[in-house]
Amino acid sequence: MKAAVILLPGLNRDRDMIAALTKISGQAPQTVWQTETSIDDDVDLIVIPGGFSYGDYLRCGAIAARMPVMQAVREKAEKGTRVIGVCNGFQILLEAGLLPGALMRNASLKFVCREVRLEVANARTVFTQGYSQGQVIRCPVAHHDGNYFTDADTLAEIEANNQVAFRYTADTNPNGSLNNIAGIVNKAGNVLGMMPHPENLIEPAHGGSDGRALFESALGLVGA
Amino acid sequence: MIKARVTVTLKNGVLDPQGKAIEHALGGLGFSGVDSVRQGKVFDVVLQTSDRAKAEAELKAMGEKLLANTVIEDFSVEVI
Repeated sequence: MKAAVILLPGLNRDRDMIAALTKISGQAPQTVWQTETSIDDDVDLIVIPGGFSYGDYLRCGAIAARMPVMQAVREKAEKGTRVIGVCNGFQILLEAGLLPGALMRNASLKFVCREVRLEVANARTVFTQGYSQGQVIRCPVAHHDGNYFTDADTLAEIEANNQVAFRYTADTNPNGSLNNIAGIVNKAGNVLGMMPHPENLIEPAHGGSDGRALFESALGLVGA
Repeated sequence: MIKARVTVTLKNGVLDPQGKAIEHALGGLGFSGVDSVRQGKVFDVVLQTSDRAKAEAELKAMGEKLLANTVIEDFSVEVI
């Protein structure tokens, strides 16, 4: 599978993401700058990394979500291409309307940079099939606006459709997210957004490799 | 030219941790009668048109497309 990484001014986890994808797939991902209007047909996985696109001006991810490249991401996503947004990437996918809900300021009002535990809430997605249902993994977080919010009807719908991919364990929820939500997929199951950084836990040098299975799953290296 | 102000506020029922922190800080400064604080954003926009109806329609579209995130925010448009 061929991966592409979206680049926007102000992102700062792009190199980590490119390194993770290169190490896991054995092939460097294509990089796509924000002003580009198309993404190659042979790209099977698009990743939007974390950071502070446009300095978090207006709202986190708001400006980035309206850049030309996001129209290309939307078109690919509608055709079924896999899309992952991590941290600021998750915020961008929400602002672009590719996922439901919004990420608000952390309930503590503090930037959190620490390790949390994630429960794999749905191991049947294309992104989580390398984990077992209910498995608890370690993962780092680093964000100021990760407090997942949506109205009660949408929340009920997300839960009923098993769209929650990852939840913080109740004792490690770092931001006050509703239902401890750390990551969700769209209804079709081909777009994943998550606040934690699995790309920073893929090899022993990171102190663990719990994040590796996510990329192996998304790249079609494990599972069905 | 038309001058307008777009005000963006959080929807009712959406938790506002920043508003809460401001509320507590006001209490700390001795403003004891504050029941609650909700914070938001103000955009002062100057449009080149002189057509008021067109300006209002355009500002409404700006609010929906960019200035507010209508999942969590409401906005109002006021031509000054």
